[in-house]
Amino acid sequence: MNFDRSTKQDAGSRIVSLGFLALLWLVPGLLLASAIEPMPFRSEVEERRFRALAEEIRCTVCQNQSLADSDAPLAQDLRRELFFLIQDGRSDMEIREFMVSRYGEFVLYRPPLASHTLLLWVGPVVLLLGSLIGAGIAVNRRRKALKA
Amino acid sequence: MIRMLIPLGVFVGLVALLIVGLQTAEQRKIVASPLIGKPVPDIRLPGLHDPDMVRGVAELRGQPFILNVWGSWCWACRVEHPFIERLGREAGVPLVGFNWKDERADALAWLNRYGDAWSFHLVDFEGRAAIDLGVYGAPETFLVDHQGVVRHKHVGPIDAPVFDDLMRRVLALRMEAES
Repeated sequence: MNFDRSTKQDAGSRIVSLGFLALLWLVPGLLLASAIEPMPFRSEVEERRFRALAEEIRCTVCQNQSLADSDAPLAQDLRRELFFLIQDGRSDMEIREFMVSRYGEFVLYRPPLASHTLLLWVGPVVLLLGSLIGAGIAVNRRRKALKA
Repeated sequence: MIRMLIPLGVFVGLVALLIVGLQTAEQRKIVASPLIGKPVPDIRLPGLHDPDMVRGVAELRGQPFILNVWGSWCWACRVEHPFIERLGREAGVPLVGFNWKDERADALAWLNRYGDAWSFHLVDFEGRAAIDLGVYGAPETFLVDHQGVVRHKHVGPIDAPVFDDLMRRVLALRMEAES
């Protein structure tokens, strides 16, 4: 009886300490999640727009990071420019155009739908549909073969 | 029999695609400048030796020029420096230094130590003009024609083959300006 209770307590405290460890493990992740420095936004909407745009613009020196993730000096400069552009009242479209006209389409994580990017956008859908149809045909055929 | 070969064909196709992708990966790392064929941005910046003297690239209209992005913090700039000196001597066009995100004292000390081969320098301490030029790393070298149109951009240090290529292009731009 006594023995039973102590194991229960043990298990309980173990769960608590495990939970605590798990939380600790998340801390660096939270700290590293974004390289964005605090900026004097005028409203929450502005800040949300800033974050969204920084997420979808690539940092050209550290090519697999977005402006929001990168701590490179150029990324800091580009974030400041992004901040100025938003303060200036430019639309998201204009801001994307600003970046593309300087760094090329490569800066956009989401490439625009154009003739040269058609394969990129449509390719996966075509591949999926193709393989589904192929699998359907194969299954059908096997079923018929089994019946015969 | 032929039907058995279809998956093999698809597989070989995919492998070919991936090999091509791997081989052009190095090339894709270099971001092509969308500025080529467009007028050079009208940048006006303070000088390096004399911060009070603001100069712009517009004053060079009528002749081709080279714009070279450098910084005293930039290790590769030291590597290309012998070729910058040769460009300054041999290209026969203005060689503008674009001192990027540098400290004035460091930049001047660097020039003292390695030699100032540039015609003059523009100082972009904050890096805002560099964004207009689409600069993403030093060194970078731009060739601008006599009408102020960006004609070529080289990213990374200049070595012997790049130097020869730049000289050829500058010569072509000079001929174009004279005709």
